[in-house]
Amino acid sequence: MRRNRKKRYIASFFLLAAGVILLGILNICIGSVRIPLRDMAALMRGLPVENGRILWDIRMPRMLAAMLLGGALALSGYLLQTFFRNPIAGPFVLGISSGARMAVALVMIFLLGRSVQVGSVTMIAAAFAGSLISMGFVLVMAQRVSSMSLLVVCGVMIGDICSAVTEVCVTFAEDADIVNLHNWSRGSFSGTTWENVAAMAAVVVPAAVAVFWMAKPLGAYQLGEVYARNMGLSIRRIRMLLVLFSSLLSACVAAFAGPVSFVGIAAPYLVKGLLGTASPLLMIPACFLGGGLFCMLCDLLARTLLSPTEFGISTVTAILGAPVVLWIMIRRSRDRTDG
Amino acid sequence: MSYYFKTEKMSVGYRKKPLVEQIEFELEKGQILTLIGPNGAGKSTILKSIARQLELTGGTVWVDGKGLGQLSGEELSQRMAVVLTQRLHTELMTCEDVAATGRYPYTGRFGRLSQRDRRIVEEAMELVDITEIRDRDFTRISDGQRQRVMLARAICQEPEILVLDEPTSYLDVRYKLEFLSVLQRLQRQKGLTVIMSLHELELAARVSDKLLCVNGRYADRFGTPEQVFEPGYLSRLFRVETGSFEEESQSMELEAPRGEPETFVISGAGTGRMTYRRLQRQGVPFIAGILFENDLDYPAARALAVRVIHETAFEPVSAGTRERAREALLACRRVICCRESFGSLDRENGELLELARACGKEIEWVR
Repeated sequence: MRRNRKKRYIASFFLLAAGVILLGILNICIGSVRIPLRDMAALMRGLPVENGRILWDIRMPRMLAAMLLGGALALSGYLLQTFFRNPIAGPFVLGISSGARMAVALVMIFLLGRSVQVGSVTMIAAAFAGSLISMGFVLVMAQRVSSMSLLVVCGVMIGDICSAVTEVCVTFAEDADIVNLHNWSRGSFSGTTWENVAAMAAVVVPAAVAVFWMAKPLGAYQLGEVYARNMGLSIRRIRMLLVLFSSLLSACVAAFAGPVSFVGIAAPYLVKGLLGTASPLLMIPACFLGGGLFCMLCDLLARTLLSPTEFGISTVTAILGAPVVLWIMIRRSRDRTDG
Repeated sequence: MSYYFKTEKMSVGYRKKPLVEQIEFELEKGQILTLIGPNGAGKSTILKSIARQLELTGGTVWVDGKGLGQLSGEELSQRMAVVLTQRLHTELMTCEDVAATGRYPYTGRFGRLSQRDRRIVEEAMELVDITEIRDRDFTRISDGQRQRVMLARAICQEPEILVLDEPTSYLDVRYKLEFLSVLQRLQRQKGLTVIMSLHELELAARVSDKLLCVNGRYADRFGTPEQVFEPGYLSRLFRVETGSFEEESQSMELEAPRGEPETFVISGAGTGRMTYRRLQRQGVPFIAGILFENDLDYPAARALAVRVIHETAFEPVSAGTRERAREALLACRRVICCRESFGSLDRENGELLELARACGKEIEWVR
């Protein structure tokens, strides 16, 4: 039994890693300008290549952003699901992404209005503040309502309010950069620069490592507060860390790609099915890979389906992710009636 | 005498509001303490407070000379394991996985199990007899099995103190006995101190070294089962108003049928109890006689019959008792005889049967 499980884990990770590499290559090669594989190989060796700029300055950072931010979203979703003990909790449905987006929009409009260049650090800070504020609202709600589905409804409301405020700001802001802002607020990985990638990596990678470091207490927390406390865990501390890291990770996504829906729910769920365990020690790295994979696939589809027109990333993640969420809800209600 | 576990003016409750106050007891290492008392009396609250799930609203708890509040989370987890009524949330975890979570306080940064950890898990599973279901999903087993897995988990924690809240409530007779036997074995072999609550008074009386009676406002009594199970006390503690509870046999009876009795039951030596209960179910008031006061049937008859004609234990039936029995029988329409033969000391019961025959009473035989 134990050996079988080990085999399954190894196979799952192999599959996820292979998927990430494959989609990484596809994301770079496929697009409105097709780039043959040998050009990429040449570029890697430092040789000059036709379309090298597209490859290096546009597709590479975009691919990396999709991977990092996808991983961050999945991880953020996983942490929220652990926190609320609910498989359909996620940064998007709880309104945390929208809160982050609103904060970023406000800051951008304010600073762009004074023609100040908005840097990555400012964006992340604004998004983090925004997501913490919405998270605060969600937590207050969580104390009042015990039912999970009600909490999700509250989250959706908070998200809608934030989106409405963002829309109003975008509509009334008068600036040439508003097109850019509008594009971003729809959710997209396009226009990611290497500087952006460096900034997001500087946040996401340490955060992901820190979350992995928390795998053991998270496992205890999953068993329920009573037993976690009996195992010597400080519930207050672990809850605080969960809130902080899930907000930070989803804030980072909101800052660079805007709102991206459903990845935070669908990716952890699918990954859990693949692994056949909920153990955080395995789920945390697998979620990161799975989320990255999911977002890279969605971005590829967003870019190529109606090329040269692009879809917003959320359009694709919703089409692929929402059915998974529906499936989870149907299964849960069925399990409940079963016994 | 220094005690291993001791409470001083402990009071417990929720949100700083004391619910049960003045809880004082001491235990030696390796004793079993059982909390008994009516529903809602605060047994669970006390257990949760001892397990530090709730803050004390007053007083102190001493464990091995240290204040409970002074222990670090890790120290506490290595000393005390709990099996509470709250469900353990698991997802895709086998019973073995669940038992292994008990090793948490001993594993390293990432919670990997060492060879030694695995051996301890293995032993714990054997001890509570769940080796067969080790690979089953924890959510897909029966309540009884789940409770045993929870005990295995607690054993894996290698505690000195085990706190259990109504651990036997969902178990059938066989597993109730097995569960308590395992506790007793742990107590004897490993010197484990057990603090638990039980609803089954008869089991509490048998397994506990000490009992603590909780009545909803304060800890009413603390002592050995002999001291606590004094006649009438438990009925008072539980405010039994309907039916009755018999301390000595620790058996309970439903409310006795009332009315003018028309049925006389001749029984004795334990032959009549089932008949009394059948009559109770049918709502038939009856008279039981002649019973010696040390008869197995006597407690049930006292609880269920309208009238019991009885005789002092180890004495021959007196003429007065005999006369009273004959009178009572003659007033009845029906006689139920549960006996096949009569001994030399209760010849009078045989005479009663003869009398019933002679008078043409309706006679029913129960064998």
